Amino acid sequence: MYEHDVVVVGAGGAGLRAAIAAQEEGADVAIVSKLHPVRSHTGAAEGGINAALRDADSWEDHAYDTMKGSDYLGDAPAVEALCKESPEEVIQLEHWGMPFSREDDGRVSQRPFGGLSFPRTTYAGAETGHQMLHTMYEQVVKRGITVYDEWHVMDLVVTDEDDPADRTCHGVVAYDIQRGEVDGFRANGGVILATGGMGQVFDHTTNAVANTGDGVAMAYRAGVPMEDMEFIQFHPTTLPSTGVLISEGVRGEGGILYNSEGERFMFEHGYANNDGELASRDVVSRAELTEVNEGRGIEDEYVHLDMRHLGEERILDRLENILHLAEDFEGADGLTEPMPVKPGQHYAMGGIETNEHGETVIEGLYAAGECACASVHGANRLGGNALPELIVFGKRAGHHAAGREMGEAEIPTGRTGDWEPAEYEFEVDVGAVGGRGPAAADGGAVTADAEGLLEAAIERARERVEDLLARKGRNHAEIRSKVQETMTANVNVFREEEGLKRSLEDLREAREAYTEVAVSDPSRTFNTDLIHTMETRNILDIAEALAMGALARREFRGAHWRKERQERDDENWLKHTLVSWNDGEPELWYKPAILEGEAKTYEPKVRSY
Amino acid sequence: MSTQIPKQTEKTEETAAETESEVPSKGDERRAEKRRRADERRRQREAEEAEKAAADENTVELRVFRYDPDVEGKQEPRFDTFHVPFTKGMTVLDALMYARDTYDSSLTFRHSCRQAVCGSDAMFVNGGQKLACKTQIDELEEPIRVEPLPHAEVTKDLVVDMEHFYDQMEAVEPYFQTNEYPDGELEEQRQSRENREKIKMSTRCIWCSACMSSCNIAAGDNEYLGPAAINKAYRFAMDEREGEDVKQKRLEIIEQEHGVWRCQTQFSCTEVCPKDIPLTEHIQELKREAVKNNLKFW
Repeated sequence: MYEHDVVVVGAGGAGLRAAIAAQEEGADVAIVSKLHPVRSHTGAAEGGINAALRDADSWEDHAYDTMKGSDYLGDAPAVEALCKESPEEVIQLEHWGMPFSREDDGRVSQRPFGGLSFPRTTYAGAETGHQMLHTMYEQVVKRGITVYDEWHVMDLVVTDEDDPADRTCHGVVAYDIQRGEVDGFRANGGVILATGGMGQVFDHTTNAVANTGDGVAMAYRAGVPMEDMEFIQFHPTTLPSTGVLISEGVRGEGGILYNSEGERFMFEHGYANNDGELASRDVVSRAELTEVNEGRGIEDEYVHLDMRHLGEERILDRLENILHLAEDFEGADGLTEPMPVKPGQHYAMGGIETNEHGETVIEGLYAAGECACASVHGANRLGGNALPELIVFGKRAGHHAAGREMGEAEIPTGRTGDWEPAEYEFEVDVGAVGGRGPAAADGGAVTADAEGLLEAAIERARERVEDLLARKGRNHAEIRSKVQETMTANVNVFREEEGLKRSLEDLREAREAYTEVAVSDPSRTFNTDLIHTMETRNILDIAEALAMGALARREFRGAHWRKERQERDDENWLKHTLVSWNDGEPELWYKPAILEGEAKTYEPKVRSY
Repeated sequence: MSTQIPKQTEKTEETAAETESEVPSKGDERRAEKRRRADERRRQREAEEAEKAAADENTVELRVFRYDPDVEGKQEPRFDTFHVPFTKGMTVLDALMYARDTYDSSLTFRHSCRQAVCGSDAMFVNGGQKLACKTQIDELEEPIRVEPLPHAEVTKDLVVDMEHFYDQMEAVEPYFQTNEYPDGELEEQRQSRENREKIKMSTRCIWCSACMSSCNIAAGDNEYLGPAAINKAYRFAMDEREGEDVKQKRLEIIEQEHGVWRCQTQFSCTEVCPKDIPLTEHIQELKREAVKNNLKFW
């Protein structure tokens, strides 16, 4: 068993920043990650980091834009923390040597991005995430922070009180992929989940194969609610054949979208008469699909993104990476022809419920980055707001877990304050097959000490591995692709009641099939069959909570569109959706969005671009 | 690593028979049984695939290196053949994933982003170091041979041990250092566009280790820093934000016995780099910097 003050799970932008912050605060910190840090998907982020750096700009304007972009489902204390602290975090990255794109005077460049009232997106070409990830990993190397790479975290080690709010997290149990052994990591100060996205719930995604939402699913099973899971961002410009992302930077620099009739549809068909291509992402994605559905798509599938008029020099200077991606993954030459694009799953606004310090309802358990929901993005994330979230909330969680006094948080977690149960009746069974199981920690002993809890959890994890290796049964891959298919068919950009119900039925079947899952590779060395099989369990839990939220929320807000009610319903739905695992019998409930900021209240307005 | 395709069928039967003659524990028996079934399934699958491939011309044939120190029958390296239906735009990674998810879930390789930025899936494809995710099938001659990177220890199938590569990367103090920051609050250091342009290519490294695998010198001298680590040193040494004193220290590091002077400018690293980094040029430039620097003290 290993022991540290702070254990960070995941080594992308949020995890690395959290580890650095915890170490700066004096903690002995370790990172446990199923990938080596530089393999993390933060490296694929292209566009940039929003930060109000200049005199003509202000964090208040950034907060206003973010709140508007969120369709008033962001929580003001989290949104304001993001916008206030992003500038110092960007400068910190620059001081760590990050190679930002520069102006003639040597200062960091900024460019316009969708939904922003000021060009405040700092960037490093179209490879901002790659540069950010490597810059932070360099700092981790410099500081000698311990990294356990290629260790797959299987479960959290949490006490088993009935009410999740009374539980404490003491560490994690993980599987060493190289050596095939299960071991425990005891965390005396806290565990920080920074496991990133969950794009593998869908089959056309910009996310990596590793983005299976592991942290979200394990926190959920330990008793932390998943928040706002129905809000999934579909990025308007992904390559049709692979889902590879074409940065919003292309449109930020002046790229234009055309339909098969050569019309600049964002304007000509009235989707966004002011901002056109630079309207918020959800608006552009729906516009593209509407064009395709109404017969104006190319090959009935996609639209064209044209950047030729920007000229070779500007493209090479600011968007060179896009040329390589379009060439390598779609065979298109962005200098001489328009690039085919269509919407693809890109980002999960929802995730592990946290407050603005990154704390969850379970003592000693934190979450930061895409896996967390503070919430800064509400119903829709603005381009350029994901990377600052990683560094601002990674840092905050790292400081708090290492013991820094940060005062009382304003965002409540768990069922406190004005929460309300959902009245919704799901017609399909959800949750664990066979009904309610034992409480989260499932340890047998009611109150064991941390050491005892960890040992019991290690033993259970070993048994699970042995069982999966020994039994005969179905391959996880067929189950995973069934989940991805039904989610893409029924819980996509356009959602309607019947399809959502069908997805829950399909997910039920997949859950039942999963009870017969088995690993056919018997090896103890680098058994990816085993890892993928465990990930598929996480995908199932997440997909189900996502579909439940999507079915219950009968309104159109941000990225969530419902055929039955195609308008925002502030009277009934200015609230977050939460799904609690409840030891195997999921429960849906709500809590109000917090629109009161430090100095002002963000009044919901019509969101037009 | 052998590039001969051994005749495998007889071999696995032999090993299975050997296991039986011992006094096996229950677990051993179960595992042996599992292995026998796995072998049988594999043979059956290969036969079925070959039949299907014959019926359908639009498949590609992959010959994939297999090895697992843990699994009897895979302890001797061998090549398995997979027939994968071709789709437009298919990459080597797509084909491997299809083979794994459809035919043999024990087929093992690292991969994550699918878009040439995580650097996980460098392999030896038809005799060259490539990123599987950005190598188009229709540009390759069939059958396509897929092997782990040469000059690295094979962990299993296409997975190699990366520790040595990481050690070299971390040996060059791969982090920004300066003794001077601007005074103002929220003030960035200035960097000219030209200087940013100068280091741009060097910052694109994704740590895939294709260059290290291709390098003859690195193959013969295990302590040689190798192209990727020297490129990392270049990225900082040429960054005007670091200052002269730090550059001095950096030149000392790359001038060590197993540093830049080992490079014999064969350009193999530059040829295989999937991010088009002019590695050899960077190494040469550091040699020139080192010479200039040494002359200064004369």
